[in-house]
Amino acid sequence: MTETIPQKRGVPLWVQIIIWLFIVGLLALVGVILSKRQQGTVQPGAAIPDFTLPLFSGYEYEGRSEVKLSDFQGKLVVLNFWASWCKPCEQEAAELEAAWKFYEPGGEVIFLGIDYVDTEPEGRAYLKKFGITYSNGPDMGTKISQMFRIRGVPETYFIDQYGVLYYVKVGPFLSVDEIKSIIAQKLP
Amino acid sequence: MLAQFGYGVLVVSFMVAIYSGITAVYGAAPSAKSAALVESARRAMLLTFPLISLSAAVLIYLLINNHFEVAFVYEVTSRSMPTYLKITAWWGGQAGSLVFWSWLLAVFTSAVTLRKWDRDIEFLPWVIVVSAVTLIFFLGMSVFFENPFARFWLVDGNVQPGMFAPAANATLFTPQDGQGLNPLLRHPGMVIHPPLLYLGFVSFVIPYAFAMAALITGRTDDRWIRITRRWSLWAWLFLSFGLVLGGRWAYDVLGWGGYWGWDPVEIAAFMPWLTGTAFLHSVMIQEKRGLLKHWNMILVILTYALVIFGTFLTRSGVLSSVHAFANSPIGPFFMGYVTLTLVVSVALVIWRWPILRSETEMKSMLSREALFLLNNLLFMSILVVCFWGVIFPLISELFTGQKVTVGPPFYERATAPLFSALLFLMAIAPFSAWGHSTMQTLGRAIWKSAAAALVVTVTLFLTYTQNIGALVGFFLVALALFATFHEFWRGARARQKAQNENFFTALSRLMGRNRRRYGGYIIHISIAFMAIGILGIEIFQKETQGTLTQGEQLNIADYTIEYRELASWDSPGEGVNYTRAILDVYENGIYLGQLNPRIDYYFDSQQNMTIPGLRSTLRDDLYILLVDWQPVSNMGATFKIYVNPLVNWLWIGNLLFLFGIIFAAWPDQDPAEEPARRSVARSNKQTSAAD
Amino acid sequence: MNAIAKQLYCPVCESTPLDVCPTEACRQWRELIRTQLSQGMSETEIKQYFVDNYGARVLAEPPRTGLNWLVYILPPVIILAGAFFLFRSFREWTKPKVASAGSGAERTEASSPDKDDYVTRLEEELKKRK
Repeated sequence: MTETIPQKRGVPLWVQIIIWLFIVGLLALVGVILSKRQQGTVQPGAAIPDFTLPLFSGYEYEGRSEVKLSDFQGKLVVLNFWASWCKPCEQEAAELEAAWKFYEPGGEVIFLGIDYVDTEPEGRAYLKKFGITYSNGPDMGTKISQMFRIRGVPETYFIDQYGVLYYVKVGPFLSVDEIKSIIAQKLP
Repeated sequence: MLAQFGYGVLVVSFMVAIYSGITAVYGAAPSAKSAALVESARRAMLLTFPLISLSAAVLIYLLINNHFEVAFVYEVTSRSMPTYLKITAWWGGQAGSLVFWSWLLAVFTSAVTLRKWDRDIEFLPWVIVVSAVTLIFFLGMSVFFENPFARFWLVDGNVQPGMFAPAANATLFTPQDGQGLNPLLRHPGMVIHPPLLYLGFVSFVIPYAFAMAALITGRTDDRWIRITRRWSLWAWLFLSFGLVLGGRWAYDVLGWGGYWGWDPVEIAAFMPWLTGTAFLHSVMIQEKRGLLKHWNMILVILTYALVIFGTFLTRSGVLSSVHAFANSPIGPFFMGYVTLTLVVSVALVIWRWPILRSETEMKSMLSREALFLLNNLLFMSILVVCFWGVIFPLISELFTGQKVTVGPPFYERATAPLFSALLFLMAIAPFSAWGHSTMQTLGRAIWKSAAAALVVTVTLFLTYTQNIGALVGFFLVALALFATFHEFWRGARARQKAQNENFFTALSRLMGRNRRRYGGYIIHISIAFMAIGILGIEIFQKETQGTLTQGEQLNIADYTIEYRELASWDSPGEGVNYTRAILDVYENGIYLGQLNPRIDYYFDSQQNMTIPGLRSTLRDDLYILLVDWQPVSNMGATFKIYVNPLVNWLWIGNLLFLFGIIFAAWPDQDPAEEPARRSVARSNKQTSAAD
Repeated sequence: MNAIAKQLYCPVCESTPLDVCPTEACRQWRELIRTQLSQGMSETEIKQYFVDNYGARVLAEPPRTGLNWLVYILPPVIILAGAFFLFRSFREWTKPKVASAGSGAERTEASSPDKDDYVTRLEEELKKRK
């Protein structure tokens, strides 16, 4: 309803400014979101900010019911996103566990499973079914998955000793050797 | 070979569109003013239609004949699909639907360039420019980003899509069978829902092009709005039709007992409809009273901007929803076009603001034009709610990193009062007069309808419902219905007296001579019918869910459902597994018949489709979904049952609605008479000014 | 159970209410709601549980905290501003009635308010058309 007095008068400057600000703001917003959508997951080379992962009972880390990424400074962290409703996750579950068993005695590599939007009973049933023993916890409020901008499950993130992401695997691993070769890149 | 040919033709039409746009600009430039150049641009524009048609024909040929080496064909068809579905698969995926869009655009621009231009020749080059730029953009997306003719290549054991051989040793790769069209898109409603929606979207380009032409040339008399009006009405028809079919499709196949889910993609299509509707109302003020030129210009531009912006949001992957296309590379390119459209339109409006002035003044707060403005305010308010609901999750995600959903409760709460107010306006506005009316005249005209509506409401209160919201709603619906019927009656009586005709002749002649007005009233009646259906489903819907063993019964409202048996079988020819339950339905103990909710499983796309068992009457719909079953024993099955009261009125209203628009938009028997008389004087003035 | 599921959104599929979402994951969540209900949890508790676990986007409406207030406040503010602006423009248009009477007079029907305006108008139109 922008009809003003019927004289030959232009649009007041302040209205013009508001309109242009609105358009620029809208386009900027959409542009930023668009670039975010197109960028995909967090890329290797990015330093990963600290986050806290609560752990399922029975899947604690050295008796602690909550871990932080910063707790594992100096260790290599393998972060696996999974869910009990995810069929492809089942293909790699045994491989991940086997790889964990291989590195567990050395103490240089930590495996963390993050259960992405799942119910606890179903998640537990899944962990039990595949005999998984490394630490696992739910992604409360999908905070961690949003931080990594995951596209789906399974996805696995390899974080080196300095807290820097160095490899992203989208989709299930095909073999234990595949996991080992990725870890070996950063192990002396 | 054929794929290259199709792509080649697409590239040629892209270049022709560029030629057309550039030539038109040069032809119209004050320094040149060359009619020959403009004519060349016009012919180039006409040429794009056969070119894109040819390219589309090649694409359809590839789709029908299972050319799975073409990536797009592989994605949307499979061997088991019938031929007609293979054709409609054309718009079943991003790449194909962009070509479809370009083709529709070519149809419309050809149609518009073929019209008689003698009275408004100065618009021609600019209409061509706007159409050409749009066409360049859509064809550009096909040519550079979403090429429907891209084929699979085998390079060193890896398959990759591409138009041309990516390496010297690459060979064409042809998969055995395609993935098949998403089963949700195989419903007849879905087969025609997208094309109609696209048709609606694309046809708004033409009003926009005329608006731009009027702004650029500075010829801002009524001429452009007269041309635009009928185009807008048709565009509005297609868009409405598309939305209606979308709702019916959702009701039939999405299996949630509803027709409208306030999904961002639905809203994106709804927003241009809102501004389009507002425009169709406010344009009448400009025609009758010469008011609101600014506002009409803004509405036309806003409608088109919302079409483009909505399409961008849903196709670029910015918004995600059931309807959305997967992440796609067209984002930045599309963003560029959105920016261009917005900036150029707004800049032009601001530049030309001073010359778009009104001819007369508003007289009274209750005059019809004032009520129309109120109507516009309400439509704009709904638009604000919708726009904000779509945009807010993006803002939240950006600033707090938290993803939120803005869902139906938000929209329903915010828009319910606005829609009610619109119903009320719909009832009283026809009684107000152009120029001036008073509380008194208005009250005298409306009181009979109001009294009748009150009687209906009290009856409903005593017999049907005590829900306040529902009663208010029904009162408004009844008021609008009575008032509109009263309008028909008054008009026919007046004519009867004046012409000495019998009542029905008078009525039909009256309607025939005033198609737009009475078409509009038919639409108003249909809106009231739809409101009945919406009130029914929103307020009185009942639902229940239960797992039944064979022979077990379940009650809901007056219905009793008894589970008989369940069968599951493969249909290899169609590539579908059907699981169908048989239920007996009783109402108050009387046997009504059987219902067969079923689940279809499509092997090629590995997707389920839930088809409800539906028993539909004017009073209510019984809507049963098969949720789950035990495959081994066939003993138990879970059903979800809805009783949707009055929802059929929604569909009846929809049909009447479409009839009303067609009635209003149908060309008059003597179309030239009235506009010609008025515009001869004006165009004389114009040409003398131009010379 | 369905009543609560209806107010929640599927956390993995976009824009689908939980009560009608056909995927396996959603079936599990509906099961979870059922269990929680049988354990005597209230509707708000269950909703809170879902927000804690799967984030605010499972709610059909943004929670009324912080920035989210904007979603509820902005539309009414804009609508009221629009209404105010329209009202003010009306005042502006209707006030200089005397001054501008000449420009609008040619289009206004010369009928007294007592007479049925509509009939006059209609008759005029009919006369024109004949």
